[in-house]
Parts: sequence; structure tokens; C-alpha cells
Amino acid sequence: MGNWLASHWLSVLFLVSWLGLNMFLFVYAFLNYEQSDKYYYTRQILGFCNRSLRKPLDHNLLFHKLVAYMICIFTAIHVIAHLFNFERYSRSQQAMDGSLAFVLSNLSRHEKEKDSWLNPIHSPNTTVMHATFTSVAGLTGVIATTALVLMVTSAMEFIRRNYFELFWYTHHLFIVYIICLGIHGLGGIVRRQTEESMDESHPHNCSKSFLEWDKYEWSCRRPHFVGHPPESWKWILAPIAVYIFERTLRFYRSRQKVVITKAVMHPSKVLELQMCKRGFSMEVGQYIFVNCPSISFLEWHPFTLTSAPEEEFFSIHIRAAGDWTENLIRTFEQRPSPMPRIAVDGPFGTVSEDVFQYEVAVLIGAGIGVTPFASILKSIWYKFQRADHKLKTQKIYFYWICRETGAFAWFNNLLNSLEQEMEELGKMDFLNYRLFLTDWDSDIAGHAALNFDKATDVLTGLKQKTSFGRPMWDNEFSRIAAAHPKSVVGVFLCGPRTLAKSLRKCCQRYSSLDPRKVQFYFNKETF
Amino acid sequence: MGQIEWAMWANEQALASGLILITGGIVATAGRFTQWYFGAYSIAAGVLICLLEYPRGKRKKGSTMERCGQKYLTAMVKLFGPLTRNYYVRAVLHFLLSVPAGFLLATILGTVCLVIASVIYLLAAIRGEQWTPIEPKPKERPQVGGTIKQPPTNPPPRPPVEVRKKPSVGEEEAGTAGGPQVNPIPVTDEVV
Repeated sequence: MGNWLASHWLSVLFLVSWLGLNMFLFVYAFLNYEQSDKYYYTRQILGFCNRSLRKPLDHNLLFHKLVAYMICIFTAIHVIAHLFNFERYSRSQQAMDGSLAFVLSNLSRHEKEKDSWLNPIHSPNTTVMHATFTSVAGLTGVIATTALVLMVTSAMEFIRRNYFELFWYTHHLFIVYIICLGIHGLGGIVRRQTEESMDESHPHNCSKSFLEWDKYEWSCRRPHFVGHPPESWKWILAPIAVYIFERTLRFYRSRQKVVITKAVMHPSKVLELQMCKRGFSMEVGQYIFVNCPSISFLEWHPFTLTSAPEEEFFSIHIRAAGDWTENLIRTFEQRPSPMPRIAVDGPFGTVSEDVFQYEVAVLIGAGIGVTPFASILKSIWYKFQRADHKLKTQKIYFYWICRETGAFAWFNNLLNSLEQEMEELGKMDFLNYRLFLTDWDSDIAGHAALNFDKATDVLTGLKQKTSFGRPMWDNEFSRIAAAHPKSVVGVFLCGPRTLAKSLRKCCQRYSSLDPRKVQFYFNKETF
Repeated sequence: MGQIEWAMWANEQALASGLILITGGIVATAGRFTQWYFGAYSIAAGVLICLLEYPRGKRKKGSTMERCGQKYLTAMVKLFGPLTRNYYVRAVLHFLLSVPAGFLLATILGTVCLVIASVIYLLAAIRGEQWTPIEPKPKERPQVGGTIKQPPTNPPPRPPVEVRKKPSVGEEEAGTAGGPQVNPIPVTDEVV
């Protein structure tokens, strides 16, 4: 726990301050309505008024989800509170008992000062239903909440993972939601007593004598009320501006010309696209959004960049994993000319430059997580060849874990070519990699056993033999610790969370207590 | 949007509507609002809808994530056969259930959401989808001795009896190879 806190302290600080600010605003607004004199009469009818403030801020995905949960919780509180409010307004309108609440509700009957009413339900015959659907607040409230419910149900993980387009298009209902949120407060239903009215007849002095308001010369005047202006727009204006700016930027970037210099079909239906775009510069481990108008006008899909920054083009490897990718691969299989137009936005993502800072780097790619390592390995190799001073890495241990190598045959080729180049330079021990196939059967194992003496591996053609099953991390870590007793080792993972947990434990276990001896630092990158 | 199964989304929407109906119903009943008996109805309807919609149906393609603990409800929902399998029935049922809740402000949100779920179920039914229960896979018991048909009839090949001399217990073999190696062909030391 302490370690986690040490590496995530900035996010934690941000989150705690944001939550704290939310709490503070909630409590502040609540106390304002509970205690401030301006709302004295409002409180008389309602007893206790609740209002919550919602701030839709979009930062990254996790924060977005957290905000969404908060919005749902506060929406529920808000709706329930207003249900009670309306019920009480309705009751006080119908109560014929001459109470303060009744008198206050009848203020709307006086025609002399228009708009000086307190109770939004103007007559005993108006039902809450009618009041809701004929007021801006009620109507926008129902519409906005419905939009919110639709967005949430289509964003459940099950729907998102399996029917992504549905999630994507339904989520655009947020436009409806935001507009309704902005105009929700236009009716000014939450009322407070005006300043002049307070000067004239303050509730502390006049509330008890409500039966005699305006009756005699010396009695208090009727209180006058004015509506609270809408305030949501103050919260959402800045984020909306940022969002519009971002979408405009994406649109502008998408108009820029992308030239496809090469399109390669790899085995197992993997399409590699090498492209050029003016002014495009990338770093290792980043990703881009790709759009192909001829396949789908509105869809943008993210792909990790597999080329190194040192190369003259940038490339992505696309695997068939859904409607859009299958269509794209099918289109390119037919070798169309001219090539379909592609639009690119990016690159995005945290730059994993830390990889180059460690003397010994342990890179672990599981399944599709191996993709960013293509970029990293290539970049490390280029830097090594040019004897780049920024590269501190002396030794790399690369672990590649996947079910079967079919879909990653292209990565196989990359390792092959790296192997050859290293041999030429005589630096065979720079890169030490091991491939683990987790989906094997006795046939494959038997085959491998028979060809044990061959120089290259039967499955991959690489000099390094393939291992079967999952790596035994304890063995690996103790081996690395023994081989580099005084180094700082950076461990980088792109893979599932369970693996991250066990690797983190290994890092802690094998780091020596002596800070001068071997230290393992775990970096889980979400590339 | 080629392979979308509308029923899956309708299921999520209906489940959410059920929960909203229950919440609205509790608010109306606890607060004794005007016409609060609609709220009581809403709670009952919400519970029924949640029980019906909790077990997720099986997807046509690919594996389906079960909801936690849904197998008990799956067994119950299966019992109604075509009534729960057919999505036209569900669409109509949800529509009818939503109407009484529409009379009360506290539950009208539930009504709106449930009507939307009903429309999506109608769409699913028109496209021919239906609810298939997720059956638990029968656990494969390891077949003990299943592959052993008959014991072998011939003994394994061994060297002839003469050389299969077992070293007697306690006897010390002076001079001969005292280790585990038993030579099948007697080895003599050629001393002339």
C-alpha cells in the first residue's frame, strides 16, 4: 500500500482534492439553503431543501467513470429531493388550515406584483405532474435523466465490450444531457426573498405575524420573492469549451493528408500500414486514432504505433477484431488503387521514455500487449546502433507471453531481424528474450521435444527456444538479480492486471534492502 | 452495427428501469405522497421486472458473462418456457407494467425508461432474437482408468533370466562393480 501511494501520490492528491471540493460545495450550498435568511420563507414550505451541484469534467477514462458514478448518485439525490419538494409545495397549496405555508403559497394570487410568488404550484388544482411538465426545469429534468439512464445502460461493460458501436453512438446523447442541464434552471423555481423585501420586513420580525401582513399600517408587508438564476452553466462552460476545442482540433487534424507508403498483409490476417503525414512526430509506446471514411464516416479507432521514432514513416498493425477492422482488412486485401483515404489523429499516450533510463530493462508483453514493445525494441536498437547517449540500457530481458504466435507472426519477424543484426554487430547478449506459449498441447510439446537439438526453434524459427506455459517469475527474477547484483532494473509490463500484481510482488521481494544493490522498479504502463 | 443483439441492451435497460421503479416507489410510499398506492404498485412491479431480467440470456456468438449468482433465477425463468423466451411477450409485458406507474411523478421516470426498454425488446423480437438460458457446463469428471482397455498380455522385453541376477541382501561382492550397473553380458577381466 505504501509503495502504491508513493507512485501514485499525484493522482491520489488530485482525487482527494476533487472529492473534498465536491463535499465542500455540497455542504456549503446545503448550509446556505438551510440557514441563510434569504431562504427563510422557502424553508417554511419545504422544511428542508436540498440541492446538489454536479460538475461534468472529462479527464481520462477512469476519472470519467468516477464522475459518471457521482453524477448518477447526485442525480438520484437531486430527483428524490425535488420529488419531496414538489409534494410539499402541493400540500401547502391545498392545506386550508391558514398556516404560514398556506399564506406563502397564496402569494401568487395577488396580481399587483407579478412574479412575486413563492410556490411554483400556482393553484390547488394544479397537480405536481402538470407543474413538472409545464415548467422548464421539470421537462428538462425528465429528458436529461432519461438520456443519462440510456447512456449508463449502454455503457455497461458487457455492452461496451461486445457491441461497441451501440455504446459509442448512444453515448452522444450527452449533447442532449448537457443542453438540458444548462437550461434546467431557467424557470427560477427556487425562490428567495429580495433584498428590499428583507429590509422592509425581515422574516425574524415578521414571520410570526403572517396573518396580519398588509392589514394595518404598522404591520409587516408581504415578502417579495425572486427566482434564483440558473447556475449550472458556470460549471459546465469551461469543460464544454475544452471539449469543443478538442473535437475541432481532431476534425482539423483529420483533414490533413495521410499518405500510405506501404500496406503489408501479414499471416493470420494482420494488416500493416506504413504511413507518412506532414508534421507528425511520435515517441515510443504512443497510439493514434485512425478513421477511414469509406468504411465508416464517424468511427475513430485507436491503434498502438509499432514503428520507432527513428524511422521515416509511422506504422500500425491491425488485427481483425470486429466489424470495422474486418472491413478495413478486406478492403486492403483487394489491393485497391487508389488506396482508400485514411485520417489520423494523434499521437496520444504517455511517453514511456523511462524505458531508456534503466541500465537493465525487463520488458514483459502479454498477448496484444506486445505491440508497444515493437516500437520500444526497434527504438532501443536504433539508439544502440547510433550509440545514443540518452540510452542507458545495457541489457534487455524481453518476455513475450501469448497463446499462440499466429497473430503475432509479424513480431516474430521483427525479433528475427533483430537477432540477425545483433549477430552481425557481435552483440548477441544485448537482447535476451524468451517466448512463452500458454496454449499448447501434447502434439506441439512432442514436436518441440523431438527437435530439441536443432539450432533454431521449430515454431518460430528464432535462435531462442520457445518455452511452454507461463514463466516462473521467481526463477526469472532471481536469475536477473544474480546476474546484475548492483544494477537498477526497470520492469515494464503491458498486460493483464493479475500479472501486474504478481510482478509487483516479485519486484518487492527481489529488491535488495541495501539501496546500493539490485533494485527492481515496477512500471505498469497502459500503453 | 452489424452484429448487435438488441435484446442485450434491452435487458440492461429493463433492469435499470426496474431499479428506478423500486426507488421511485419507495420514495412515494415512504413519503406518503398523494396517490402513494401507485408507489406501492411500482415497488412490486419493479421487483418482478428485476427478477425477470436479472438472468442474462446467452449471446448468439461468443461467450456470455453471467451476472453474479444468476443461475438460480435462470432456473426459475426457464420454467415459463415460451412466455419468457419470446421477446414479443416481454415487450408487451413491460409496456403494460409501465402504465400504472405513469400516474405518479415519483415513478414516471421508471415508466419512461421501461417503455424504452419495451421498444428495444420489440425491435429485438422483430429481428428474431430469443432468450436462451445460460446452462452451466457439466463438469468433466476425470475418467479413472477410462483409457485402460485391457492389461498388456506380454511382459515387457527383458534380458534373459541368467543375467538378471538380483544381488543378495548383505552379500558383499568383492571386486565386481559394486555400483548399480548390472552388465547383461558378463564382463571378464582379460588377464593372460
